[in-house]
Amino acid sequence: MSPGRYLATLALFALGAMAVPAHAATVQIVMENMVISPAEVSAKVGDTIEWVNKDVLAHTATAKNGDFDVTIAPKKTVRSVLTKAGTVDYYCRFHPNMKAVLTIAP
Amino acid sequence: MFVRLSIAVAALGVLTGAALAQGAKLTDPQIAHIAYTAGVIDINAAKQAESKASSKDVKAFAKDMARDHEAVNKQALDLVKKLKVTPEDNDTSKALSKQAADKLAELGKLKGTAYDKAYIDNEVAYHKTVNTALETQLIPSASNPELKSLLQTGLKIFQGHEQHAEHVAAGMK
Repeated sequence: MSPGRYLATLALFALGAMAVPAHAATVQIVMENMVISPAEVSAKVGDTIEWVNKDVLAHTATAKNGDFDVTIAPKKTVRSVLTKAGTVDYYCRFHPNMKAVLTIAP
Repeated sequence: MFVRLSIAVAALGVLTGAALAQGAKLTDPQIAHIAYTAGVIDINAAKQAESKASSKDVKAFAKDMARDHEAVNKQALDLVKKLKVTPEDNDTSKALSKQAADKLAELGKLKGTAYDKAYIDNEVAYHKTVNTALETQLIPSASNPELKSLLQTGLKIFQGHEQHAEHVAAGMK
């Protein structure tokens, strides 16, 4: 490979890395048999949460501080991007005995 | 155990002298019938509330109850079909249905906030009673592991409903 080609390849990699910021991850949170797992999870602003509802019932992920309120239909997956840092206690509005904590780093 | 469940039913309100067989063990077909009946009762109460309730929160709660109990009862029907079990009517189911019909008629006479409050208070009490029956009678008596597991999930769902009802009730004061 010529040095010029090598550099061009490197440049392409660099562009690719810029298009998809290295820190943005997808974190999966599963609701099954009335339990949210993991019960405690850490993520960062910009990360995507993949809410997976395996129950035959609708659930919500409702932040106690009002930061988010996601409704997940039975057997569906909903994705939402985290926009605000903080330690957020959340629960299901329909079944308030389903509770968990999401720690969002800036 | 039949006796203790009958006490729970009596605590709800009316027990019309139905002679409950003392010491008789509940069979899976009877347990399935009781659990299904308990769901139907709450769906009927929810349908009345969806048309009669004046508070937005109470209406939304009723909608949640109808949706959840319909989903759970559908699962129960699918399971009994799979297990080839025919739910069997019994004195506990009959007593539950009679009591619920009386309560529905009583609530039907109320209006406005009085209705909303009576419905929600009854939902708290009803879920409490059903959860106690599930925990102490139905789950321990169930022999089929899949039926037991469905009842256990049901208990978690209805405990959620009990808390939800308590939240709505607290918000009305």
